[in-house]
Amino acid sequence: MSKKVEHNIKAYSNNFTTMTPGPFAIYLRTCKIWQLLRFIAINIKMLVVVSKSH
Amino acid sequence: MARLVVLGGGVSGHTAATFAAKWLGSAHEVVVVTPNSKWNWIPSNIWVGVGEMSKEDVTFDLAPVYAKAGIIYHQAKALGIHPEGNETSDKPYVVVESTVPGKEGQIENIEYDYLINATGPKLNFAATPGLGDANGLGEFTVSVCTADHAVHANHEFQKAIQKMKNGERQKFLIGTGHGLCTCQGAAFEYIFNIEHELNKAGVRDMADLKWISNESFLGDFGVGGLHMKSMGFAVSSRIFAESLFTERNVDWIIGAHVNKVEKGKVSYELLSGEMGEESFDFAMLIPPFAGVGLKAIAKDGTDITATVFAPNGFMKVDANYAAGAYENWKASDWPSTYQNPTYGNMFACGIAFAPPHPISKPMSSPNGTPINPTPPRTGMPSGIIGKAVAHSICDRILKGENAPLHEASMAHMGAACVASAGKGLFDGTAAAMTIYPVVPDFEKYPGTGRDTDYTFGEIGLAGHWIKHILHHLFIWKAKLKTGWTMIPE
Repeated sequence: MSKKVEHNIKAYSNNFTTMTPGPFAIYLRTCKIWQLLRFIAINIKMLVVVSKSH
Repeated sequence: MARLVVLGGGVSGHTAATFAAKWLGSAHEVVVVTPNSKWNWIPSNIWVGVGEMSKEDVTFDLAPVYAKAGIIYHQAKALGIHPEGNETSDKPYVVVESTVPGKEGQIENIEYDYLINATGPKLNFAATPGLGDANGLGEFTVSVCTADHAVHANHEFQKAIQKMKNGERQKFLIGTGHGLCTCQGAAFEYIFNIEHELNKAGVRDMADLKWISNESFLGDFGVGGLHMKSMGFAVSSRIFAESLFTERNVDWIIGAHVNKVEKGKVSYELLSGEMGEESFDFAMLIPPFAGVGLKAIAKDGTDITATVFAPNGFMKVDANYAAGAYENWKASDWPSTYQNPTYGNMFACGIAFAPPHPISKPMSSPNGTPINPTPPRTGMPSGIIGKAVAHSICDRILKGENAPLHEASMAHMGAACVASAGKGLFDGTAAAMTIYPVVPDFEKYPGTGRDTDYTFGEIGLAGHWIKHILHHLFIWKAKLKTGWTMIPE
């Protein structure tokens, strides 16, 4: 089993107060089906921003 | 017949010149003056800097593209502008010096009716002792600001990987090399590409990665940070960035003005006034930007550089340069037409225009050292501004001198940004972000200064795919291939 991301937090160091992703959030980042949906969603969002900027 | 001269062939200048040539047709002349023989898709230099792309993948020859577009191309660097002509002629002109091999140093005057200053920045390595000098990058660090720099960076990076494979631990220091740098995003993208490649090479456990930057908080990115919608919250980019750095086990130093670079060591001053040192085996530190040093000369030979340019060397445009303290800043301080206030036939776009002030809150150490990011004017805004300026000039040429100018204020404009880690289709991820508007408008959007319906960010393969597509799309567009005008800036 790979090391949990939260294990990188060091008490009272720079990163002590941040949030870290859990295994499911990390899985979704590379889940092809989910990312295909996100690809469509992000593209639409970017196109809206682009259209508002011209 | 009117002549438009564009100084610079980067994202903004190239966009302006190519659209102007299309809109003006053969009845008028468009001239581009740029010291480079190649166009460079700078965002992909990051991939060159870790060996995932070659210089050839991110550059192409400008001459054939300009020949196809009917643009007159001078491979030269601009030295000065004479906006009133000289004692023998009222015609304004620019003085340029050839950079063509074999013709270096040859001086030529090019007359213009309209001028666009899109020179981009001077990479001011000399601002930090040891980071470089007047000739450019120094010997202790690397850079990814140009394709050649990125090739050199990769060469050093591969050497570091080899050392780790031989059992020698390496420390990587990535970030900004001065208290007044911009382009934190490029360094941000580079450090995570480094991290990704170290994992791929199986040597991540032999490397220590550290970020050093002039941001007052992680995730400032030179735009004062941003709040993006995520999981029903308006989440600060600080949380977003700190989370990513923690996930990838990258430590950070922020609020830092790097004031000296030596072999294997940087010295810095923090916003607290504290002085520190950080060792490194490999360092990529972005230099601060300055204007390229253009001079402006009046008809009688008087130096009017201070009238045309701000003290940092960038050209004055229709911005409010008298806004004063941060508390007085408004979105309306930012320019919208990019017309020079003294000479109405001169415009500046991209990095070459002088911003009215930073976007991030100005800060300084107790010793009086200013430490804050300067405002980014690259990427999407740069292209949009270039196109708007070209449109204004074309209208004035085709419809008359009083045609209204087109507007493209960064306070009414968004930007899309994709910072990738890795290059494979399925083994990398990217942080995809949009920000609207680039310059926060706290009157229109109280609290965060931005519209959180259009300001978002997320990490995943999807952003990675978008980065790939953008690479090919923008090179296609810049080469003026079929349908190039349909691809937005």
